[in-house]
Amino acid sequence: MATKTKDVLLNPIFDNNPIALQILGICSALAVTSSLQVSFVMCVALTLVTAFSSMFVSMIRNHIPSSIRIIVQMTIIASLVIVVDQILKAVAYDISKQLSVFVGLIITNCIVMGRAEAYAMKNPPIPSFLDGIGNGLGYSVILLVLAFIRELFGSGKLFGFEILPLASNDGWYVPNGLLLLPPSAFFLIGLFIWALRSWKKSQVEAPEYKIAPNTPKGEVA
Amino acid sequence: MASNDSTSKTIIVALALCIVCSVFVSTAAVMLRPAQQLNKDLDRKTNILAAAGMLKPGVSVDEQFANVTTRAVDMKTGKFTDAVDVSSYDQRKSAKVPSMSTDLSEDEDIAKIGRRADYALVYIVEGDSGIDKVILPIKGYGLWSTLYGFIALESDLNKVAGLGFYEHAETPGLGGEVDNPSWKAKWVGKETYGEDNKAVLTVIKGAVDNTRPEASHQVDGLSGATLTSRGVDNLIKFWMGDNGFAPFLANLRAGEA
Repeated sequence: MATKTKDVLLNPIFDNNPIALQILGICSALAVTSSLQVSFVMCVALTLVTAFSSMFVSMIRNHIPSSIRIIVQMTIIASLVIVVDQILKAVAYDISKQLSVFVGLIITNCIVMGRAEAYAMKNPPIPSFLDGIGNGLGYSVILLVLAFIRELFGSGKLFGFEILPLASNDGWYVPNGLLLLPPSAFFLIGLFIWALRSWKKSQVEAPEYKIAPNTPKGEVA
Repeated sequence: MASNDSTSKTIIVALALCIVCSVFVSTAAVMLRPAQQLNKDLDRKTNILAAAGMLKPGVSVDEQFANVTTRAVDMKTGKFTDAVDVSSYDQRKSAKVPSMSTDLSEDEDIAKIGRRADYALVYIVEGDSGIDKVILPIKGYGLWSTLYGFIALESDLNKVAGLGFYEHAETPGLGGEVDNPSWKAKWVGKETYGEDNKAVLTVIKGAVDNTRPEASHQVDGLSGATLTSRGVDNLIKFWMGDNGFAPFLANLRAGEA
């Protein structure tokens, strides 16, 4: 049992990463990772929402009519997200302003619903909760790595503190503006997936087709 | 017990879930509202003080805001008015309400704001000898978004004491540099009005040549952000012009506001 708990919690971080392997939740990963602080809050919010929504869905899983199960999951997720948004507005107003619409968009984050549908509907509450935490952590790892690179090289800062002295403040570092734009996260996620799949070969997907060798001359119909 | 998929069970589960969730959400919303309101007020005050260049770190914002008086100005007459309650008036909302705002013609609307609210909230900073600074709300369209901010004028109602935007969605690193402190510092001391009280403050393309006489009312454009700079230029021209705060400032100067 102990190893199973550990698996549920740690597997999503590298072996079954929601972003790198399941390719879920890309949109918020592109949008909020231009600064570490914001990404960190986003990670915490998403991890909590995933964990608790999985737990609640799992608690009532035996009573959910299958015809409305998606709506039931959605309602639970949406309620949790609204509450998280309200809490952020009350305790971390500046960050909630920067996250703006993306907290609300946790509702549509495929990770949350994906885990509710794929795991929580079939498993008891506590493993579901841990599965939510694990997937949240998997998401967080990628977000924080992206935010680290983007903030450090995009604005020369980490958590808002200047690490590389900026040319505009009489330093030497000229920030790379591309890293502050969403497409850069796309390239970085691509590189991350490449690195991860070179390390864990089992994640490489079988190609859907093979490039056929050229047809020898003379056999052309 | 009826099966999970029976109609009655479906309705019962849906109803129960809705009730539980709505109670949960509304409890959270009601309980957190006072804290949120406090944050909003604090945020607004911080923006105003930051724009005026008066924000001191380490001192409570409420304390710093103590000598600031909020007044409503009727934009049509350019005079103070008591027609709206300053503590509850929302200028951004009323700019969208037809009965509370004026439609701007295409020629007038250089800042591309569509409608202008009829009443504006201005912030008067009292000094030892009357008005020390006046902080005016400004907004206008840049490249991607409407920029919302404040401009503060010194007691002569001409020299800029500070300028800042608290909300915009311009390109980070390019137009987003409107938030750069060293660019904002370039505004301080510039003259808003020239001869005949014409609004002359402008953002130019490139750097200002300080040897020229017109340098006193020119500000460097942001490099790589021509359209955002033009947007800032337009919104300054609009709000400092006749459809903006020029009549009010003229009245205030004459002591007739």
